[in-house]
Amino acid sequence: MSRRRISVGDFLFKMGTSTFALILVLLVVSIGVVLIYQSMPTIREFGFNFWSTQTWDPVSGNFGALPFIWGTLYSSFIAILIAAPISIGVAVFISELCPDQLKQPLVFLTELLATVPSIVYGLWGIFVLVPAVRAVQMWFPDWLRAVPLFSGPRNGLSMLSAALILTIMVIPFTSSVAREVLKAVPLAQRETAYALGATRWEVTKVALHYARVGIIGAIMLGLGRAFGETMAVTMVIGNTPKMSLSLFAPQYTMAAVIANEFTEAANDLHISALIEIGLVLFIVTFVINAGSRLLIWGMTHQTKPTVTVPVRTMEPTV
Amino acid sequence: MSQRSRRRRYTSHLMSFLCVLAVLVSLVPLGFILFFVISQGISSLSWDFFTQLPKPVGELGGGMSNAIAGTLIVCGLGGLLAIPTGMLAGIYVAQYAGSHKANTVRFGADVLNGIPSIVVGVFVYAIAVSPFKQFTAIAGGIALGVMMIPLIARTTEEMVLLVPGSLLEGSLALGATRAYAMVTVVLPSAMPGIITGIVLALARIAGETAPLLFTAFNNRFWSTSLVQPISTLTVQIYNYAGAPYDDWHRQAWAGALVLITMVLVCSILARFATRRLERMQTGQ
Repeated sequence: MSRRRISVGDFLFKMGTSTFALILVLLVVSIGVVLIYQSMPTIREFGFNFWSTQTWDPVSGNFGALPFIWGTLYSSFIAILIAAPISIGVAVFISELCPDQLKQPLVFLTELLATVPSIVYGLWGIFVLVPAVRAVQMWFPDWLRAVPLFSGPRNGLSMLSAALILTIMVIPFTSSVAREVLKAVPLAQRETAYALGATRWEVTKVALHYARVGIIGAIMLGLGRAFGETMAVTMVIGNTPKMSLSLFAPQYTMAAVIANEFTEAANDLHISALIEIGLVLFIVTFVINAGSRLLIWGMTHQTKPTVTVPVRTMEPTV
Repeated sequence: MSQRSRRRRYTSHLMSFLCVLAVLVSLVPLGFILFFVISQGISSLSWDFFTQLPKPVGELGGGMSNAIAGTLIVCGLGGLLAIPTGMLAGIYVAQYAGSHKANTVRFGADVLNGIPSIVVGVFVYAIAVSPFKQFTAIAGGIALGVMMIPLIARTTEEMVLLVPGSLLEGSLALGATRAYAMVTVVLPSAMPGIITGIVLALARIAGETAPLLFTAFNNRFWSTSLVQPISTLTVQIYNYAGAPYDDWHRQAWAGALVLITMVLVCSILARFATRRLERMQTGQ
């Protein structure tokens, strides 16, 4: 009697957990499907031109998303260019160099940086970072401002502000993933290098070399974060749909245009255009996430057997 | 000492120094941000901020009582949706860890976690706002819930996997079925960790703005209705920061201070709880 009742419980438990697991997977799938469905009007109307033209004029019904792609790519790549070496430095310091007492507090502080809400970064960006960038612009001599990289209005709302704020936001994230990856490097790798008389930096290089795939994964994850970051960037980038190489020019990103124009869309086609931008953001971050997870997963899992094997085989051979 | 080895040691020291520098550079913004939020926020914070409604444009004063209530409501709705879903999905992954299906679900959670929050907002707009032609607190709750699910699923999975296998095996050996052992033995010992994870997820979600912009929208009046637009702290800060009034800027800073205090207190408490748990578990 009782045995039967319990096995019913088992069945229900299995059904319950697997249903919700399925819901989670279906959620991801349905996000993709819904976005595709909703962006059909613009896909049908403009096709690939949507992504290769530069005019964004909702009122007259012209939608070219190139400036937003440019802005997203440009700001994210500058950010990751600055953030990557710093993040690796932080990860190396915490995992290889720092004294044990300092480890926990440092991890804690970097994680604190990751919990600061995006809107607070944005607020700080508007009222502190943007004026600072403006001051730098004012200080720039005229002959330097003639260089395309530094031209543009002197108001601080610019590509540079956006890239800087993205840098700040990406560092804690990338460095914590890189730290996890370094943690997975087998101790034997380091000990071997030390035994050969390597200096601390040379040992670190061995560890970094061993972990390179995972570190690339960590940087890609950071890039994915930067692509999707919305509020802080929206508040400082100046929101001008115009492609420019200049760091000081106000520009626009994909996430920012959705945030700004969605609630005041001129017509259905406009909404659909914004959703299509969201769709591409979804696909890009999906691919980046999937790719980097695979890299990191491959790295941290392949190491498991090698952690123990060299240590065990040491004794008989010696 | 040869010149070569001196140079190697020099390089080693230089690189260590650069790493220290990287740490300092990464922490400076934290100091800056906390300094500004606290110094600007404290001077603008008053009792009115917590008890008053926003004043019309042009009038000084007023507060964000409706936004604070709104944030709590929307986060609560999100939790209602995400806690059961995330926990059950996480238990599933932990239980069938290593299997193909479990890996797929975990991968799904990772992907969901990486989707930009603004895209989640667009998705929820399409399924919960546009069909009803109405911004609602429920839609905001769904958006936050979607963002919370992967967070809770992953912590649940990790916490369940942390429970020593001998506990499960012991109860199975005593004749318990899997479900019974899971519910009465494994889950209770994983529970403190899971609750910590839920608190952390709630703290993170309370700071989200982008998914709320066109789901919960905003409301200048007091509203606790679930089928009306609702104000939240983050959206309110966003609107005030972009407006040209000094008084609104002050309120935005005050809002940021309240928000960051909420988020940081939750994370710090959760962190300490986790550390104590870890110590208890390793001590055993």
